[in-house]
Amino acid sequence: MLDLFYTPIAEFEFMQRALVGVIAIALGGGPVGVFLMLRRMSLTGDAMAHAILPGAAVGYLVAGLSLPAMTIGGLFAGVIVAVAAGLVSRFTSLKEDASLAAFYLLSLALGVTIVSLRGSNVDLLHVLFGTVLALDDDTLLLLASISTITVLALAALYRPLVLECVDPIFLRSVSNAGTPTHLIFLGLVVMNLVGGFHALGTLLAVGMMMLPAAASRFWTSDITVMMLVSVAIGILSGLSGLLLSFHAELPAGPAIILSAGAVYVISLVLGREGGLLWLVWPGRHLEA
Amino acid sequence: MLTRRAAVSFLAGCLTLAASSLPVAAQNPDKLKVVATFSILGDMVRNVGGERVEVATLVGPNGDAHVYSPTPADGRRLTEAKIVFTNGLKFEGWIDRLVKSSGTGAETIEAAKGVKPLKGEEEDHRHGHDHGHGGSDPHAWQSIGNAKIYVANIRDALIAADEAGKATYQANAASYLERLDEVEAEVKGLVAKIPPERRRIITSHDAFRYFEEAYGIDFVAPQGVSTESEASAKDVARIIQQIKREKIAAVFVENVSDARLMERIAKETGATIGSRVYSDALSEPNGPAGTYIDMMRHNIRAFSAALSS
Repeated sequence: MLDLFYTPIAEFEFMQRALVGVIAIALGGGPVGVFLMLRRMSLTGDAMAHAILPGAAVGYLVAGLSLPAMTIGGLFAGVIVAVAAGLVSRFTSLKEDASLAAFYLLSLALGVTIVSLRGSNVDLLHVLFGTVLALDDDTLLLLASISTITVLALAALYRPLVLECVDPIFLRSVSNAGTPTHLIFLGLVVMNLVGGFHALGTLLAVGMMMLPAAASRFWTSDITVMMLVSVAIGILSGLSGLLLSFHAELPAGPAIILSAGAVYVISLVLGREGGLLWLVWPGRHLEA
Repeated sequence: MLTRRAAVSFLAGCLTLAASSLPVAAQNPDKLKVVATFSILGDMVRNVGGERVEVATLVGPNGDAHVYSPTPADGRRLTEAKIVFTNGLKFEGWIDRLVKSSGTGAETIEAAKGVKPLKGEEEDHRHGHDHGHGGSDPHAWQSIGNAKIYVANIRDALIAADEAGKATYQANAASYLERLDEVEAEVKGLVAKIPPERRRIITSHDAFRYFEEAYGIDFVAPQGVSTESEASAKDVARIIQQIKREKIAAVFVENVSDARLMERIAKETGATIGSRVYSDALSEPNGPAGTYIDMMRHNIRAFSAALSS
């Protein structure tokens, strides 16, 4: 038992660092994912991840494997796309999903072009898939700061955010906090994706955000509890993914997301709030 | 009618544009045009072909041929070429499709033909890491003995395509083989100076197995033979344990690999990171490993400096 859970992490520093990194990502990503889900923007995370990729790639091409350059590049590209899409949807008749699709595709195409111009095929692919097993001090600090900022910002914006989720028209009628709240929230999404990108890569980073959130929806209908549950699920799947990678010799990033996926499927079946099993039971009750 | 005319003039414009970008390639019509898939092979072909051959290299310096994605310009180079030199041993998984789709009439020559291939995985615990290569390790050029086989294959292919240059190719190949012998002697001399119990090195991806076989330095890598695979936590843990247990002094990062993982391993074990070594691609021409010979020299000096100190 000790060998299974404790030894790998106690013996190896890189496992400890990976665990700390994953916990930081879960702390920030879980609540953000819950809000994304409640606002029916679950796929927005995926689109934003694509939007970040070219920015990070440009950062890499300019400064090599430097943490600040890639972070700033990713933040820059993501924020531009998020803000542009948000503003277009607020002030024109185009809906948020359509404008986001337009902007992220533009950003992606631009990034691919810039990378190709460079000519030689650097190991960009490896760079764009993060390395959760190789987190250094700077990356850990970055991840921790991002989750701290995220939690603080969500606490400050909690009321308008919840109102935006359940009744945006009411919010618009009583206050004009809607637009700034929305933009700050999109900024938080981008920040968390950029953080997750360093550990898991652009595409898998979305997984740590959405899968725990989607799973938590099956256990409660209270938003606060839902966020706590999603953070717990994120941490749990991070830990089990790392252990899975250690014992079963799987690549670490995908193993973490697969663990989160497993939790999601279990929640889907067993979840108290609308899980499949609970949908089947009362039906039989009524017939009987 | 108008639209058709517009379309025709647009096409004509495109053709003019395309033609204007071609003259670089069309400058030397009498030279034999050949394509080599990656920089190390390109350098060998250049040495054997000399003035008579114009070599285009698909994957340039510091590029990773494992995961290369070809561009239309590569297709054009292939169409113009008489011979396409590949490493073979499934190193360039993308080349067959590219040759087919370019519709080139060029002959494809596997430079590693006749090399005795090493099995991709000697240790069974690393199963599933070499899907890219179908079993055999393609990095055959890391042994200079194999490089000589490459050179012979290149020479024969060039002679077959260009009878008139036979004497030149033979003379070039002979003098190049002599220089390869010199380097090999130097490599063996340097290895001999390293105490046998210290001949152990960690590299980021498993590209030095032929070197190991030929010259007797042990190499261990977390990433497997292809750079395509991702290391698992177990692989990293195993290497850290091995470094600590066997007191391995140095780890090396290749020019085509992600350095972050090796830095982590080095920090955790207290091993030093040796200077950058070159496995799958040359450096820029004015860098430390601009040619195959310079590359082998640079690598063995880096290894011996780290292991002897």
